[in-house]
This record gives sequence, C-alpha cells and structure tokens, in this order.
Amino acid sequence: MIMKLINLIILLFVPFLMMGLIKKTKSFWGGRKGPSIMQPWFDFVRLMKKDFVISNTTSAVFKITPVITFASVIFAGLFVPLASGSAIVNIPVGLIVFAYILGLGKFFALISAMDTGSSFEGMGASREACFTSIVEPAFFMVIGSIMALTGNCTFDSLGKILSSAGTYGILIIVFTALVLFIMLLTEGSRVPVDDPATHLELTMIHEVMILDNSGSDLALLTWANGIKMLLISSLIAYMVIPSNVSDFVGVLLYLGVIALLSVIIGTVESSMARIRMSHVFEFVFIMSSLALVVLSLVMARMFGG
Amino acid sequence: MVKWIKVKNNTRIDINKIPIIEISDMRSEVKAFNLRPIGFFGKEWGFGCVRLFVILADDANADLYLSSSVFGNDVKSYESFTQEVPAFHIFEREFYEQFGIEPLHHPWLKPVRVNQDKYPFFEMEGEEVHQVAVGPIHAGVIEPGHFRFMCNGETVYHLEIMLGYQHRGVEDMMLKNPSNQLAESICGDSVIAYNTAYSQVMETLKAINISRKAQLIRKMALEMERIAVHIGDLGAISGDIAYLMGASVFGATRTLVINTTLEMCGSRLGRGFVTVGGVNYDPSEEVIDRAVETLNKVRTDVDRMVKTMLKNSTVMSRLEKTGTVSLEKAKDIGLVGMAARTCGVDLDSRFDFPDKWVEELGFTRKTMNLKGDVNARFKLRYKEIKESISMVKKILAKLKEYKNEPIIAEGVNNKLTPDSMVISIVEGWRGEVVHIAMTDLHGKMTRYKIKDPSFNNWYGLGLAVRNNGISDFPLCNKSFNLSYCGNDL
Repeated sequence: MIMKLINLIILLFVPFLMMGLIKKTKSFWGGRKGPSIMQPWFDFVRLMKKDFVISNTTSAVFKITPVITFASVIFAGLFVPLASGSAIVNIPVGLIVFAYILGLGKFFALISAMDTGSSFEGMGASREACFTSIVEPAFFMVIGSIMALTGNCTFDSLGKILSSAGTYGILIIVFTALVLFIMLLTEGSRVPVDDPATHLELTMIHEVMILDNSGSDLALLTWANGIKMLLISSLIAYMVIPSNVSDFVGVLLYLGVIALLSVIIGTVESSMARIRMSHVFEFVFIMSSLALVVLSLVMARMFGG
Repeated sequence: MVKWIKVKNNTRIDINKIPIIEISDMRSEVKAFNLRPIGFFGKEWGFGCVRLFVILADDANADLYLSSSVFGNDVKSYESFTQEVPAFHIFEREFYEQFGIEPLHHPWLKPVRVNQDKYPFFEMEGEEVHQVAVGPIHAGVIEPGHFRFMCNGETVYHLEIMLGYQHRGVEDMMLKNPSNQLAESICGDSVIAYNTAYSQVMETLKAINISRKAQLIRKMALEMERIAVHIGDLGAISGDIAYLMGASVFGATRTLVINTTLEMCGSRLGRGFVTVGGVNYDPSEEVIDRAVETLNKVRTDVDRMVKTMLKNSTVMSRLEKTGTVSLEKAKDIGLVGMAARTCGVDLDSRFDFPDKWVEELGFTRKTMNLKGDVNARFKLRYKEIKESISMVKKILAKLKEYKNEPIIAEGVNNKLTPDSMVISIVEGWRGEVVHIAMTDLHGKMTRYKIKDPSFNNWYGLGLAVRNNGISDFPLCNKSFNLSYCGNDL
C-alpha cells in the first residue's frame, strides 16, 4: 500500500524533476548555470493560475482534449511498474492497454490540432501522425516478442527477460532499451526528432500542436508530456533494475535510472543538431530495425536451441 | 551627345551635368551596358514632371554611371527594364509605388512597402497544394514580415514575401531633419554602416575633409560591427538547428565584441560613434590594447567552435545543400553583399570602391569557392570574421601613429553645396549600404535616397527556399539574416 502511494507521488511529480534535470544538463553543456531544477514545476504552477484563451474557430474537441490527453496518460501510467517494480494497478494484458490508452490521447491531440484550423497545427499533426505510425508497430513488435518469450502479457514479462532467456536476455534487453530510448526521444519530442526549445512554428512538431492552448490547458498538456516521458523511461528502468532488492533500494535505483536517462537525454540534445525533417523518418525507422533484431533474437532463443 | 556620366563613389556631382535622355534610349543602353543597378529613383521635377535617375555600378573599375530621364506630366508608363535586366525588378516596383509611373510588362508589379492588405498573393492551383501564411507577427522577438508559402506536404514550391510593415517614411524624414541620430536608427543592426554613409554624404556636400585618424576609427568600427553581427548570426544558425553548444558559445563570444565597442564609444551597437566631420570618441591606448587582447580570444573561441561544428555530421547534414541559390540566379536577380559572395559573385564595395587605406594597410580580397547554400553562408561568415579581426588589429596598430591628430573636423559649416548630388557606398556587414542625396540651387536638400542590401536580397531568400522542406525555412532565413526595417525604410 505504501509502495503504491509512493508510486503515485512519483508518477505525478517526478516528471517535473525529470524535465528540470534535462534542462539543467543542457545548460551545463552550454556553459551556463541554467534555471533551477524545479523551474518546470514553477512554470506549471504559474500556468495553472492563468486564464486561458480559446479561439473562435475551435469546437468542443479542442476544449476537452487537454483533459483527455492528461487522463489517458495518467490512466496508462497506473499499469506501468514504477519504483520497486510495482504498478499502482495490476491487470492482465497491461502492455496492450497501456499502448492503446496512450494512442487514444494521441488521437485527441491530433484532432484537436486540426480543430484549430491553423495551417501550422495541421502540419504538426501530420508530422506527429507520421512518426507515430512508425513508432507504434515497432513498439508492438518488441513487446510482442518479449511477451512470446516469457509467455506473459503483463509488464512483468519485461522483468523476466533474463530469467527466461539467459545470456540472450542481455542482448534482448540492450536492443529493447534502445528501441524504448528512441521512442522516448520521439514521443517526448526531444532533439534530434523535435526541438522543444524552438519558437519557430514551421519546424516544430509537438509544440506546434499545442500552440493554441494556454493557461491551465497548456499546463496539463506539458504535464502529460512529462509523464509520458517518465512512463517510457520506467519501462527501461524496470528491465535493468534487479527485482530481488528491498523496496527502499528499489526506489533509489529507480530514481537513479530516471536521473541517468534524463542526463543522457540532455547530453544527446547538447551534442547534436536536430535532424532535418525529411531525415527524421529514417531516424525513427531505426526503431523498426532494432525491433526486428529483438524479434530475431527471441526467435533464435525459442526455436534455435 | 553624352548619355551617361562617369562618377566616383563619394564625390560631389553637379546636377546640371547629369544628362537627360529618352527613356527608350536608356532602356537599350542599360541592356547594352550589362552593369548592375544600384540606384533607380525618381524625383519631382516641377509641373507634375518626374525625373528618373539611374545609377549603374561598374565594380571592376570602381566607376559609377549616372544618367536620367524626364517623364512629362502626361506620361504614366514606360516599357519596364526588368524584362531585359531582371535585377531592376525591385527598383521598378519601388519607383512605381513612389511616383505612380507604371513599368509596362513588369513580371510581377506588387507593392514594396504599402497597401499590403489589398494585394492578392500568387496562388498555385492543385488539390494537394496548401498555403501556409506566417506573420507579420512572429513567434520570436523579430521584425514584422509576412511569408506566404505554397507547399505540397513538407516541400515548398514557392515563397512570397511581403514587407513594409515598418515603413516609417525615413527618406522624407531625412529631408526635414537630417541627423546622425536619425541615420543610425534606420537599421539597428547596421548602425555604423548607415551612420558612415550618411556622414560621408554630408561631408561631401559640406566640403569637409575628415582627419586620417577619424577615417581609421570609422573603418575599425565598421569591421567591429561586422565581427559582432557575423558571430551573432553563427550563433543564431546553431540555435535554429538546435545545436545548443554553438548557440551558447557564439552568444557569449559576441558579447565580448560588442562590449569592446561599448568601451570605445559607450554603446554596444556603436551608436553615437560616428558623426559628420569625424568620430565622437577616441579610443585610448589602454582601450586599444584591451581590444586587441579580446579579439585574440574571440578569434580562438570562434575557431574552435566552428571547427567542432564543421566536424559534427548532424550539423553538416543540416547546413549542406539547404537553401541553395545558384550563381546564375544570384547574378540575374542582382544579389549584393555577403549573400552574393556566397554564390560566387564577388561584390564587396570595400574592395570594389576602395579608399586609400585598403592599399596602405595591405587589405586584400580573398575569394572562396562557395555553393550558395546555408553551409556557404556559414563558412563565409567564419572567413569574414577572421579577416575582419586581422583588419581591426592592423587598424588599431596604425591608430597609434596618429596619436595627436584630431578626431573631428573643426569649424564645420552648415551650408550644403547647391545643385549637387552625392552617392555614398559603404559595405556594411550585410552588403552595400547606398545613400544618395541631392540639393537644389539654394543648397537645400531635396531628395535623400537609401538602399539597403536587403532591398535586393529578399527575393534571393524566396528563391533559396524553393524545393526545400518548409521546416528548413527558418534556417534559410537566419542564414541570410536580412533586414526588415532597412527594406521598409
């Protein structure tokens, strides 16, 4: 019970720290002091206090989307094993529910962007939809392979890779982690896929889709995006953290992995330029190739010998 | 009969000696000359007549060719020059807008600075073509301008640029109340260039000779401006491709340069540095020594950062083959300045119209083989930063020889020479800034014409983004970094 409470707090508030840490890392590489690690939280509070403006051209879709997006992320987050490997709610076939609930949120984000009637947001939506259409199959291929390997449709299967695949498991974990990391960069709209710091509406992807949102709506969407990044990071963390540690050590290890991932994201963002839009597809497509590697590893393990 | 007179940069021209020829003659002459226009402007000539002045630059010989034509009050059109020499397109649009005399068969006679809202944009037909309209208010803190893209998916087929949202009537203000303060406020990123051009015009009209020391300080200030803006632009290009380290390092380095200017004249952008008759500030030896030290550091920092970036494959893949303007097109549409040099057109008025210092200090023109893409504009800036730093150091060393010379001419008279015209060309960081002034027989200023390099180059940006991804537009735009207010006047 205590663990579930801790996990709920982690789910809701660690995303701010994660975003803050990424910013801090970027500032470090840029030779600056940078804003406080709590800045995303302060921004959130500030936005929550603000009123919002809604364009006349929008319909109800635009108004309900921030709430739906946020709810879908939280809902999906309930099934994901966070600190110490325990999910807040355990259900069978959690992995599939997770993916589709997130998909629902994405769907509403897309139609809400189209709903504003802005040509920028339409462009953003088409880019986002295009990347999602590559990300999703790759994710399912990886998850499907692992489920086949462990014979288990819950998130637990991610933690059982090593026990059921032996040395193959290490390779599978490495490649799965890479797939998830690229998914993290894509879904979290980070460099080299997207540039979260830009103000140039023509080059944005995620930011441009929420260009019309303001005040508490914008706060919810930013929060939801942070939580989404935390969830994908948690999947990576769950794979690499051993399950036979005490709860306390588990929480510490989990937070450590999340912090490490944030620093890696910040470093990646500082060390490379954003890829040209026409090449982003190729980058995201690496996911599919890696997913195929995972699939073949699993096949080799199951039918090879 | 003399059809053209040959004049020099920055010298007094007797207006009565400027030939008047038939417009049709002029048209065929312009075509035969094959020189680029740097001035094409009208002036009211009594009884509803309009006199059109045309100035062509012969860059190879440091000459300017000047002629004029008069339109009677019943003549409201002429056959456009643009059909023969495309570089005239923007000049003819401006002339039409200011005097209502229509260039017939002009390919696209749209407004330059006024009536933007009534203008029907170029449209492409097709199910899959969509329009994207950006501006005039932008997401960043930049100047206003409207961009209309015709796209198919992510690919830009055509970009139309509409400017003029900052039209302040500078040319008229210059007639009423000419001052250094006004001149340097026209285009805030080229303060020294504009102020120098204005001061040169006034000095020639007032027959003032400025001291050698003042000339050197002006030259130095102009190069400092070039260094600062170029470094800032390298940072902005890095920022646009989300290469964070470049943005931070160049940002910090630029501050070193503008702070040196601050030490010299009390303004980071060089406001108040240059004045009619000379310069207002004399950098002390101590300041000069510190400036040299700072510039050495700037040189090392820029070197290291640029080399790191040129080695980074993700950076290069963004810069190379993005926003290319071919040499042929650059010549056709008459690009000038830095943008022209990146396409292989060697226009640099520092060397095309040299003053005596160029030879004395041993400044030489070095050309680079560039391909007209964003990478070219990145590398040219790097090259010019290095050159300008060495120029500034040479000038600063030379300055010490003139310790006791005055920096400002004494007993400046306020009377302008009557019946005169002066053409003053100054190579700002963006390209040639041209100021032209005319006085009447009482010595009253009757026409002040300004041409910013952006005036020629905006169309080049439009060509550069064709067949590029729309998400690369901000990068192309930043690589040109054209002025809105210099164009809008």
